[in-house]
Amino acid sequence: MADRSDDVTRRRLLRDGLWGACLAGVGGVVGFAAQKGRKTDLLWQIDPYKCIACGNCATHCVLEDSAVKCMHVHAICGYCRICFGFFDPEPFELTEGAENQICPTGAIERKFVEDPYYEYNIDESLCNGCGKCVKTCNAFGNGSLFLQVQHDRCVNCNQCAIAAACPSQAFQRVPADNPYLLKSVDHA
Amino acid sequence: MLHVREIFVVLVAMLALSVVASGLERFPPPEFETDYVRPTTTVPHPRQDVWEYIDAGVLLAALGLAAYLVLRRRSRNATFVLMVFSLAYFGFFRKGCVCSIGAIQNIALTAFDPSYAVPITVVIFFALPLVFTLFFGRVFCGAVCPLGAIQDAVLIHPVKVPRWLENGLRSIAYLYLGAGVLLAATGCMFIICRYDPFVGFFRLGANWNLLVLGGCLLLIGLFVGRPYCRFLCPYGVILRQFSRLSRWRVSITPTECIQCRLCEDACPFGAIRKPTEKWPASEYKVAKRRLTCLLVLLPILVGAGGWAGHELRPWLAQAHPQVRLAQRIYLEENDPAAGTTDASDAFRATGRPNAELYAEAAQIRGRFAIGGALLGGFIGLVIGGKLLSLSVKRRRTDYEADPASCVACGRCYAYCPKEHERLTQKKTTAVAHG
Repeated sequence: MADRSDDVTRRRLLRDGLWGACLAGVGGVVGFAAQKGRKTDLLWQIDPYKCIACGNCATHCVLEDSAVKCMHVHAICGYCRICFGFFDPEPFELTEGAENQICPTGAIERKFVEDPYYEYNIDESLCNGCGKCVKTCNAFGNGSLFLQVQHDRCVNCNQCAIAAACPSQAFQRVPADNPYLLKSVDHA
Repeated sequence: MLHVREIFVVLVAMLALSVVASGLERFPPPEFETDYVRPTTTVPHPRQDVWEYIDAGVLLAALGLAAYLVLRRRSRNATFVLMVFSLAYFGFFRKGCVCSIGAIQNIALTAFDPSYAVPITVVIFFALPLVFTLFFGRVFCGAVCPLGAIQDAVLIHPVKVPRWLENGLRSIAYLYLGAGVLLAATGCMFIICRYDPFVGFFRLGANWNLLVLGGCLLLIGLFVGRPYCRFLCPYGVILRQFSRLSRWRVSITPTECIQCRLCEDACPFGAIRKPTEKWPASEYKVAKRRLTCLLVLLPILVGAGGWAGHELRPWLAQAHPQVRLAQRIYLEENDPAAGTTDASDAFRATGRPNAELYAEAAQIRGRFAIGGALLGGFIGLVIGGKLLSLSVKRRRTDYEADPASCVACGRCYAYCPKEHERLTQKKTTAVAHG
């Protein structure tokens, strides 16, 4: 113990008072934050209606392999034979050849359903979150492709590095019990 | 099929107009003739919330154990083992997030942003080390904080930093705390987390610049004990003040100081203070006058700092992305040669009127006027307080650990001959009893 005398001196009283005030201060902050606070954690997510698919997600994540990946909601998809999210803007021919695809990693798989419809799926292990397909699908197609933070990969930094670099401020914190902002059909 | 032709017509029209719009259903979802079923979108689930509570539990246990090991067991080795555990658990296993240092900003944001509710676990991470510091001193820094641990682990050849340099460099931490709270409270970003120098090592990969910064700090840390803790850590600034008031704290000797001076150079963090002699009466008089002058100067410094912070508001406000966007839009409106950026394109695509953005930016600038004044006042207060503390001479009869600077690592114990006496005694009584 620091104080050797047990007498109540002026200095000691001041010290004890300050000590109590600090403890009460911490208590006050905890009380205020807890009364306002939430039990679930907050996670980062992209609002797909704000996202402009600039490509920062692929490069700014603290992870080597970005936690942001492309997602596909088939209910919105037009199942186009000529998919703007799949083919390069100037394809050599309309086949699955890598030189004809817009995806730099070949992460989009195309499957014939019935004439003239094709199903498109994302191979998450290949997708790097660059958003090239998202951009063209949004510009010329139905916009069924969009970027989302994949929460099995995301390490949930207190300050997301991509959010800090996002030009359209599409990143927001969402509650952990509902951590995705998927596009839906009935959105205006 | 008609559908294919339709696609081409629409494509040509789109390319000609090059309209960029989103959310349009340009191609109606097909009605399949075969029994094809649309796949549903599956989403990977986040980590269970229970982990957050486990973290809080581990923090509480580690803090309690640290207080016991440092103050009661007085064992550097045991403290070191706990420190390595904390580095492994909070650092490498939990990837350094969330930590108490960063939690300052969550608390600041929740205090000023009504829409942000801070998770309970973050509150626990913020408050627990503070409470423990009020009771036991900075045991959090010594054995629990992963950032402190990684620096402590690399310290091989401690060099003494002159007191004046240490005092000067420490002001950076106060500035960092002020800036971190201001930027978090105004909703710009969490700079303390953004520029956390060691989190890149914990995650084994990060932005190159940050890895270089962290590497430099660790290189310095080989010779200068815990450079981040002493000169930069914003949470450390709060803990310093709390630690001055702590109920129990590190005392170098277990019984009484015999003034052997053996512990004088024991502390790699410059926390051991020598005994002082009584001031001669003549010097005392000068010091008293100096103190009075400084006490008068204090409000002037606070006022001047507040004014300077208020004047710097246009510059400070640029930290907010919305203000930067408004400036960019304004520039583009008035200078056609400026071109556009991703951010301004994104803003225009939303169709919001410029006036709305300008109004929002003006409101944020207003917040920075108050926040900047507060930050400036805080810095003035820190400078004034530092001057005051330099002109007050405390009397010490023994070698003591400065409660503010001591991080409770337990290194100094082994230097005290009285401690060796105690250990031998303990051993002999143990032998006699056992």
